[in-house]
Amino acid sequence: MSNTTVVQTRRRSISDIDLRAVAPFVALAVLFGFGAMVNPNFLGLDNLTNVVTRSAFIAIIAVGATFVISAGGLDLSVGSMSAFVAGTMILFLNSGAVSGDTGMIATAMLLALATGALCGLANGLITTLGRIEPFIVTLGTMGIFRALTIYLAEGGSIAIKSQELRAAYRPIYFSDVLGVPIPVIMILVVAALGAFILYRTRFGRHVTAVGSNEEVARYSGISVNRVRTLTYVIQGVCVAIAVLIYVPRLGAATATTGLLWELQAITAVVIGGTALRGGVGRIWGTICGALILELVGNIMVLSDLVSEYLIGAVQGSIIIIAMLIQRSLGRR
Amino acid sequence: MSNTPLVEMENISIAFGGIRAVDDASADLHAGEVVALLGHNGAGKSTLIKILSGAYRRDSGTIRMNGEEAVINNPRDAKAYGIETIYQTLALADNVDTAANLYLGREIMTPWGTLDDVAMEARAREVMGRLNPRFERFKDPVKALSGGQRQSVAIARAILFNARILIMDEPTAALGPQETAQVGELIEQLKSEGIGIFLISHDIHDVFHLADRVMVMKNGRVVGTARVTDVTEDEILGMIILGKCPPGAVPGPGAMNV
Ligand SMILES: Nc1ncnc2c1ncn2[C@@H]1O[C@H](COP(=O)(O)OP(=O)(O)OP(=O)(O)O)[C@@H](O)[C@H]1O
Ligand SMILES: [Mg+2]
Repeated sequence: MSNTTVVQTRRRSISDIDLRAVAPFVALAVLFGFGAMVNPNFLGLDNLTNVVTRSAFIAIIAVGATFVISAGGLDLSVGSMSAFVAGTMILFLNSGAVSGDTGMIATAMLLALATGALCGLANGLITTLGRIEPFIVTLGTMGIFRALTIYLAEGGSIAIKSQELRAAYRPIYFSDVLGVPIPVIMILVVAALGAFILYRTRFGRHVTAVGSNEEVARYSGISVNRVRTLTYVIQGVCVAIAVLIYVPRLGAATATTGLLWELQAITAVVIGGTALRGGVGRIWGTICGALILELVGNIMVLSDLVSEYLIGAVQGSIIIIAMLIQRSLGRR
Repeated sequence: MSNTPLVEMENISIAFGGIRAVDDASADLHAGEVVALLGHNGAGKSTLIKILSGAYRRDSGTIRMNGEEAVINNPRDAKAYGIETIYQTLALADNVDTAANLYLGREIMTPWGTLDDVAMEARAREVMGRLNPRFERFKDPVKALSGGQRQSVAIARAILFNARILIMDEPTAALGPQETAQVGELIEQLKSEGIGIFLISHDIHDVFHLADRVMVMKNGRVVGTARVTDVTEDEILGMIILGKCPPGAVPGPGAMNV
């Protein structure tokens, strides 16, 4: 009799824990197969390195979004925030406030991180202290950050003026360590840090608890508002880290910088198996989700099956389909 | 039993909007005593004990612990006084496992400042072994557990930290007869360890078995308090339904004027 109980428990834990965690990786593998079929160049090291490198912005931002969503929140402002942080960073780079290229770039990086953290703090405080739906708050700040960027750019673009500065900053995006591009290293570092914070620290446990059941968390003596606010700050810092590698890539910020990044980041999180309701966060799933999005775009470009102008539509469909799959897996 | 009560709540009031959920209620509890709180749905029982557990902040009134005025403004304050609560709506975080629930808000950390899941699970196995020896599903999120299993997790969570006062809001409402009997035994055991227990229940019969005293509330006010040996079950029913205080009970502000 005790034997049957053991067998039952084992079978149940396999079916209800693993499916959702494994699904994104299976989807990734399927995409690899599909990509290889439509274009022989797809599996080339160059192409794949390129894909992973280009997924860096969304992957890094989506790590932050994993925290916000795990705690039961939502941040729609990340795309505009990226543009705003990039714009202010470049304006500072152009100000000549610090002498020496290295010192200048380092100071500008710190400033960008602080700006991102403050933007996140604003989102967090308005949501928690103002007791307003995060959807509404970040929809508002999305408009604010976007407008501020356009205002600062006077309707045009903000570009790094000094050619030397541009050249000095370029390697942050374009160089590599032992063949691994720096953006890829950044993805790994940010994801590893994120996973450590979410799974190994008290704060991470509280994030999951707050997203799982806010009332229980409060009765357990957890400061729910503090935890929620900090997830938005982490999101802001992740946006800033993404900006640190975005700025050297183009050397400019425009009105369309970061456009629809919120859609891509949230899609990456949802594909990765994080529950949109909160309470479950999967950092590595999120990274996998960001790769899937980038691979889909890449396959579209390589295959001519669908016009690449429709990438946004495809990504939009992916988030809806991912939600439907999550729901049906949740019912089991 | 000592003469200074473990906890005294005096003239406690709280209103939500226009509703006086608890109105000038007083209650006390001694070490090793079980006091049952009875009353209809919406009588204010849960609200009164949520004030003691720090979940709600009272509008007026005082709380004393061992004769000294206590400051309880949030759940953490209450826990610092050794007040632990098992809430009526099974208060567990569904997506995390048993050990994480037991230690929620009071996690054990390693010397490096990371979560010590090994230590937490080991302690969880120890405590759960006492309550529910057949329980084995330590790795599953608690939403996968049965009602009885969840309730034993909730109880374990309350006694894990050496509670001096235990508040149980309908601890058996979601349980079958066997598990209910288990909770009864547990209450006896905790009581013999000198823990004071506030027990909210709808089952008068159960209450007569387990409680030393009963307190009845109606429309937010206390009808009266009595030792179970001084009143009959019918008299208690009269208190609950009509607000009529029998001779064996000490009347409160909610007693019907005759
Ligand atoms: N958070 C709240 N906001 C508004 N009203 C509340 C709140 N909590 C309780 N009330 C009201 O206060 C009154 C007392 O409710 P309470 O939950 O304390 O009753 P109870 O005696 O525990 O009932 P039950 O036996 O159904 O658990 C009810 O009228 C209820 O609607
Ligand atoms: Mg109640």
